[in-house]
Amino acid sequence: MPNVISRDGSIRQDNWTVIPRPAEGESLDIPADQPALIPADLWLAGYDHFSGRQDIGVWFDSHDEPEILDGHVNELPVIAVNFPKFSDGRGYSIGRLLRERFGYVNEMRAIGDVLLDQLQFMKRCGFDAYVLRADKDITKAEKCLNFFSQGYQAATDTDIPLFRRRAS
Amino acid sequence: MYVYDEHDRQMAAERVAQFRDQTERALAGELAEEEFLPLRLQNGLYVQRLAPMLRICVPYGMMRSNQLRRLARITRDYDKGYAHFTTRQNVQLNWPALEDVPDILAELAEVEMHANQTSGNCIRNTTTDQFSGVQFDEIADPRPYCEVIRQWSTFHPEFAFLPRKFKVAVNASEHTDRAAIQVHDIGLQMVRNDAGELGFRVHVGGGLGRTPMVGPVIRSFLPELDLLTYLEAVLRVYNRYGRRDNKFKARIKILVKALTPAGFAEKVEAEWQHIKDSPTKLTPEAINRIKTYFTEPDYMALENATDTLASQRFEHRGFDQWLTHNVDTHKKPGYAIVTLTMKKTGTPPGDVSDRQLEQIADLADEFSFGEVRVTHQQNVVLADVRQDRLFELWQAITPMDFGTANLNTLTDVICCPGGDYCALANAKSIPVAEAIQRQFDDLDYLYDLGNIDLNISGCMNACGHHHVGNIGVLGVDKKGEEFYQISLGGSSQHDASIGKILGPSFARDDMPSVVSKIIDVYVSKRTEEETFLDTYRRVGIEPFKERVYA
Ligand code: HEM
Ligand code: SF4
Repeated sequence: MPNVISRDGSIRQDNWTVIPRPAEGESLDIPADQPALIPADLWLAGYDHFSGRQDIGVWFDSHDEPEILDGHVNELPVIAVNFPKFSDGRGYSIGRLLRERFGYVNEMRAIGDVLLDQLQFMKRCGFDAYVLRADKDITKAEKCLNFFSQGYQAATDTDIPLFRRRAS
Repeated sequence: MYVYDEHDRQMAAERVAQFRDQTERALAGELAEEEFLPLRLQNGLYVQRLAPMLRICVPYGMMRSNQLRRLARITRDYDKGYAHFTTRQNVQLNWPALEDVPDILAELAEVEMHANQTSGNCIRNTTTDQFSGVQFDEIADPRPYCEVIRQWSTFHPEFAFLPRKFKVAVNASEHTDRAAIQVHDIGLQMVRNDAGELGFRVHVGGGLGRTPMVGPVIRSFLPELDLLTYLEAVLRVYNRYGRRDNKFKARIKILVKALTPAGFAEKVEAEWQHIKDSPTKLTPEAINRIKTYFTEPDYMALENATDTLASQRFEHRGFDQWLTHNVDTHKKPGYAIVTLTMKKTGTPPGDVSDRQLEQIADLADEFSFGEVRVTHQQNVVLADVRQDRLFELWQAITPMDFGTANLNTLTDVICCPGGDYCALANAKSIPVAEAIQRQFDDLDYLYDLGNIDLNISGCMNACGHHHVGNIGVLGVDKKGEEFYQISLGGSSQHDASIGKILGPSFARDDMPSVVSKIIDVYVSKRTEEETFLDTYRRVGIEPFKERVYA
């Protein structure tokens, strides 16, 4: 069961499992007794079967296009974004697009090579759940989420860039 | 100049605390080397040939005297007593110890300085023309816009892990481009449209390095209030679609080329349509507020000191030369723009001692309202000097070695640290600069040759901008030996172009005589008014080849 960090740094456990993309010709292997995150395009392909289920969420890889879910995002209880390598910053754009463009309101989870020093950026880009890489010290997450008390830009966490706060 | 308010101060302090924590975790082994790497790079910390190297940010080149004094103290307390002015208007220390860096950052923060995003795959320091705000022919002062970009790009949560580094430069002069904007990832040229409104012409995808390119125009007019939303659209397209599989193909120029400039522009427009009216859109109040930091200093109502200067010129030939070459026209009567050259033969271009940093600070206080600007040619500008005090200033700087009257001439070399400091180097670059400076030590001859940009890089990363030198020198490795390849015809001005390779490379000892031959061809072929670049463009590369490889 993964430890999941919330935006405020608190830690909880749940049993959402990430189902890898099946090899060519294979089908999805979804466990019967556990909620599962499946590749987003496969959810869409099996829409009639999956839609409305509260135990099925989706995940995007960093090169995937979140645009495919436009109009459907809030049918999902959880959307995860994979960071295949911590230095791959595409997931931040995906996060902002899901929230700010497509209006996603439910849980958005960072998975993959999620390290402590990236949490602050994920938080500002709309992620509210983080599955830290297992070898990292989860007790430091709260501190690393809160190094900064404000930012210069508007992002998912605030509509008001500093230049607008200063003016008022 | 910009002054921090409580928000900037708070974030600067929080950043220092964060980096201290990151460094402690790295030293404690909690962060793998590859995990700490981007964190320290985003704090300007390279590990190089001799030691870590700390690149300190000088936003668009502007510094106050107290900041210079603090830098001097830091170089004394934590380094070997000197610093280096870089080709991106920053300052670099060559020998700080890793464990001292958090303390250095804390000392910098006290004077509103930092090393954020001076390295790494993020948005770097925005650069501009060192004559901003004091020259005649600018559309508007570009510095408020640079500051707007600085704030937007600082700790931007979406763009901290781009495919590759990202550099923005802004230029506002109609006739010159001292910021080399067309060889930046984004180059912004300030313009007015037919209705007289202020905005930017946007170039994207210029750059030097392995695949040098002049940045094509992707938007001919961007209204000023749309600056940040449009930058955000460009960066988002790059962040999502720039190549990440191959480091050498990861710069935005490769993406622009692959999509074609028109195709890239289309993608940006489409993204921008979604966000152009978002809260990131600038407001007139926000711009005006920043502009209040860049108002004119307390100029006195003066006349031009024409007669005094004429008689001083007549009596002192050295002063005459210096005034002609290192002093530029100021927009205010009675004032002048002075460039202190950091190019004394025998000193690596851009290097200054702690003592010299303090001298520059004193000069700034005494002669130029306490401010200086660093130039990408690795010199320092005093932008607001009274004409009737120029002679006094000249006398003061001559013993300090800032008065070499060679600005923009062949010996005002741009040069990267090269093999003496840099682990990536194929060859040393500083000794080549010095040998060429020694060969051309006759000032009258240099003046006769006019403006010539000679740029030297120790490898194809091009930190010394060799591609855009009228004469470019590139260090290459031939079977373990240091050789130098020459290119001709580069320019970083409005007519930007990438130099063409002359032919097979040369040994270091041959470099001064090879450069002499190139100059001889120019002298024999030029017409009365032609600069080196004009002649080269007219006659082409062949006559130079024939002479050099004869
Ligand atoms: C000593 C350690 C240094 C290292 C390891 C280093 C490394 C690099 C690398 C790898 C590139 C190529 C980037 C690319 O094409 O994507 C580059 C470009 C550049 N560096 Fe450096 N550099 C160093 C020092 C400097 C210094 C001291 C300066 C200023 C004097 C400087 C200024 C630049 C500039 C202007 C570019 C060209 C930008 C462009 O490609 O468009 N670098 N550097
Ligand atoms: S051009 Fe090459 S040798 Fe020179 S500083 Fe850059 S990386 Fe080093």
